[in-house]
Amino acid sequence: MKPEDYSERKLELAGWPVHIVSYRLGKTYHAKADNVSPGAMVARAKAASKEEAEAKALGKAEERLAATRRMS
Amino acid sequence: MGDYAHPEILVSTNWVAEHAGADSVRVVEVDVDTGSYDEGHIAGAVGWDWNSQLCDTVRRDIVPCAAFEKLMSDSGIANDTTVVLYGDNNNWFAAWALWQLKIYGHADVRLMNGGRVKWLAEGRELTTKAPAVAAANYKAAEPDFSIRAFLPQVTESVSNNAVELVDVRSPAEFSGEILAPPGLPETCRRGGHIPGAANIPWGKACNPDGAFKSYDELKALYEGAGITGTKPIIAYCRIGERSSHSWVVLKYLLGYENVTNYDGSWTEWGNLVGAAVARGA
Repeated sequence: MKPEDYSERKLELAGWPVHIVSYRLGKTYHAKADNVSPGAMVARAKAASKEEAEAKALGKAEERLAATRRMS
Repeated sequence: MGDYAHPEILVSTNWVAEHAGADSVRVVEVDVDTGSYDEGHIAGAVGWDWNSQLCDTVRRDIVPCAAFEKLMSDSGIANDTTVVLYGDNNNWFAAWALWQLKIYGHADVRLMNGGRVKWLAEGRELTTKAPAVAAANYKAAEPDFSIRAFLPQVTESVSNNAVELVDVRSPAEFSGEILAPPGLPETCRRGGHIPGAANIPWGKACNPDGAFKSYDELKALYEGAGITGTKPIIAYCRIGERSSHSWVVLKYLLGYENVTNYDGSWTEWGNLVGAAVARGA
């Protein structure tokens, strides 16, 4: 199988820049959200559609990013 | 791979597509997200879990020698096998694995330039089938700790201004604004950086497709921040994997002779009682 419908974009969640990549492998869409700087993965999800996979990953990412404390 | 000091440390995605099935080659995927391998990997690749197979699972340390030999043997890797590592996050933990293979003296280990993201973006073939692996009988060399920095060495070198120290974390981690990458658990009690360190985030060494920048671009990046190799260089991050990536750049792409990875990194230094900490950019 080959990754298809590959896409990536940047947005902001909970005040932090986020980069989300999604693609389809077989019948499953995978989405992964990272925190851009440094680029660590914050959340991943899979679903039957691209929209659903991205929404699930971004929802989890937003929750985790919102818990990040700024010390200054 | 252009003008790099040691271009043989890298192979391209094309090279892997052509050679992954060769008997003399073993491709290994090592990801930050340990679920990535199971969703689909390069045919013939085995998967290693950094969190359980590339560390000592009792004390904080690299993988012990006996466990390393078993991992290599079980992966079908003999002492003369060409090992090609790749992974997500532009090879963070693939580089961590490479650094440990170098410590244990593996002769021929390389990184797939660009890692998993480049393979995916190029729409290349993946499989969910684990390869059939014939176990080998691997013997590690005596560990070479000349490429690893321990706390006493870092402390002494910093005190004597005898080192070029590179903090490869994000600017917000370096300044002390945050204690961990956004969205990840905090693993230290104090924020900031080791006094005297230059902040050169790991990602600045990469192009948007995940592959490394050119020799000239990398040299300008590091020299622009005062890292010239006139003193021994120590790279660190939070837990030692991002700094493994930068260690590859400094040691093999730029060719600086004396480069070590301080894998204790900020989770060690930032938790030390009484250690000097600098704040701000």
